Amino acid sequence: MTAAARSTAHSIVEASPRVKAFAAAVVIFYALVTIAPMLWIVATAFKSQSDAIAYPPKVIFQPTLEGYVNLFTVRTRQTPDFIASLPPATTWYDKLVRKHDMVIAGPSKVMPRFINSLVIGFGSTFLAVLLGALAAYAFSRFRIPLADDLLFFILSTRMMPPVAVAIPIYLMYRQLNLTDTWTGMILLYTAVNVSLAVWLLKGFIDEIPREYEEAALVDGYTRLQALRKVVLPQAVTGIAATAIFCLIFSWNEYAFAVLLTSGDAQTMPPFIPFIIGEGGQDWPAVAAATTLFVIPIVLFTILLRRHLLRGITFGAVRK
Amino acid sequence: MANVALRHVSKRFGRVEAVRDLSLAINDGEFVVLLGPSGAGKTTTLRMISGLERPDAGAILIDGREVTQDPPGVRDIAFVFQQYSLYPHLSVYDNLAFPLRSPARRIPEPTIRKRVEQTAELLHITGKLGNRATRLSGGEMQRVAIGRALVRDPAIHLMDEPLSSVDAKLRAELRLELKRIQVELGATILYVTHDQVEAMTMASRIGVIKDGELLQLGTPREIYENPSSRYVASRLGTPQINFLPASLVPEIAMPAGAETVGIRTEHLMIAAANGGGIIGRVHRVEHLGDQNHVYLEYRGETLVTLADAHQPLQAGQDVELKLVHPLYFDAAGRRIAAAVH
Repeated sequence: MTAAARSTAHSIVEASPRVKAFAAAVVIFYALVTIAPMLWIVATAFKSQSDAIAYPPKVIFQPTLEGYVNLFTVRTRQTPDFIASLPPATTWYDKLVRKHDMVIAGPSKVMPRFINSLVIGFGSTFLAVLLGALAAYAFSRFRIPLADDLLFFILSTRMMPPVAVAIPIYLMYRQLNLTDTWTGMILLYTAVNVSLAVWLLKGFIDEIPREYEEAALVDGYTRLQALRKVVLPQAVTGIAATAIFCLIFSWNEYAFAVLLTSGDAQTMPPFIPFIIGEGGQDWPAVAAATTLFVIPIVLFTILLRRHLLRGITFGAVRK
Repeated sequence: MANVALRHVSKRFGRVEAVRDLSLAINDGEFVVLLGPSGAGKTTTLRMISGLERPDAGAILIDGREVTQDPPGVRDIAFVFQQYSLYPHLSVYDNLAFPLRSPARRIPEPTIRKRVEQTAELLHITGKLGNRATRLSGGEMQRVAIGRALVRDPAIHLMDEPLSSVDAKLRAELRLELKRIQVELGATILYVTHDQVEAMTMASRIGVIKDGELLQLGTPREIYENPSSRYVASRLGTPQINFLPASLVPEIAMPAGAETVGIRTEHLMIAAANGGGIIGRVHRVEHLGDQNHVYLEYRGETLVTLADAHQPLQAGQDVELKLVHPLYFDAAGRRIAAAVH
């Protein structure tokens, strides 16, 4: 196509180059605005403590792994004489710490907390999507008495902020010995997410023609087998979208985590602020923790991105 | 393959009576076509045989065994749906293998492979086995859909307008092929359609169904030549049968009680007007190539018939109409046998 032809060829469906350029500019600007704080956090994690609080802020700096070392270890301050009396440091992180007159006393609690977050986040997501898919399938396919009222009831659990029921749940959990346990947190987040899962997945399952399962039923499959082999594979878009929404909620949840966990089952959100207090305003360590905290969500979203792009339209366009 | 029988089966959905006291026996190796308009209860009948719906009354027997309350999976039936017959997330091979892989059946994978390959050969889709089901043309999809039924050897194949979503040329092709396959395999098929051509060309017997009732069951020839009612007569034949009130043609001798005369194209001869007889006027002539569609006016009624393309007919021309063994119906639309000619 020649340049002249391109400039005169106007398609009704395709936007003109100028509109496209404008749209691209808006998208890029928005991306920069949202990504900038993230990049700042990633950068801060590699700064020394003094660089991190320098004013004006330093964009160019000498990178160091102190933040990460501080995040993963517990250190004690010692006199220079005592440090000099120790055998020479064998690892790079020992050397790094001794420069500040400190000695590593052991690993910090960040890994157990991180594992708590993973178990509780993914556990509750899995349960919410599983229960949501089964309930959505039932609502979609069977004649359920009072189906509309039940669906509204399920939705209504979302109508108030979950924190509104924090105190009753706290008392209940204390009675049931569920405070500060994986089970307790998984149950709680599942309960909050399942309403979203039911509603989202019902929309997707409604769009899958019944004939598919009926064919499977006639071919000798049971309902559950048909669900697994025929319905769920076709609802994968919706399942991916639902899973991401559920994971993001339970991963980021702070209020209940503060209230109901303190030790064994504490997740990352209530743990990260603690880092500030342990040994001055250790912003690089906080930034390192935040980076670590964001990675699983980023990976999970990238993993499901292909499905998410289609799923985010809420089943408006299928195939 | 087996005999399938429906005995006084009824089904209603809310206030709608979908199927009313329907009895039907399908013999082993037979190709029965249920012909009727949409909403006649054809699909409901299939769904009841398959077990996807429970009848409110009556019994369904497969090979003499009552299966009315059995779940679909144990009935040994294959169902070809009108639409959405292939799983979009599976390859053609896996689509064909799906019925065989049912956990209830436990067929070893080599046997499945053999069956799938045989079926693919039968349907001429061997080269497409590796394709995704969504990457097929309409005709290929329908072939695979039929293949999903043929891959097993069920008691009966139920087919719900499997050709309605393909274009006319392909439909004609698949019609022939389906009949060929049915004869080759000796399969028992209950086929539902609203297309009279499909019914006439493939059926061993046709059942004409309307408002949930089976009006007449017989060979295509019987249904065409000996319709039991006005409705059945109007379902078959192109152009559609013409109906004239008996009072408009007092010239011909009619059996007692005849209120309506049914005139198919072959019952109507057109000759140059020469005074006597029934005189109609040519209203319009449509050239179809080998034949002409002729619209005739006769005492305020319009008759449509076919005429030889070489017969010189002009709009506005008066012609003599001769009725040859037309069909007679009483006031209720029931057929009255003509007096012996």
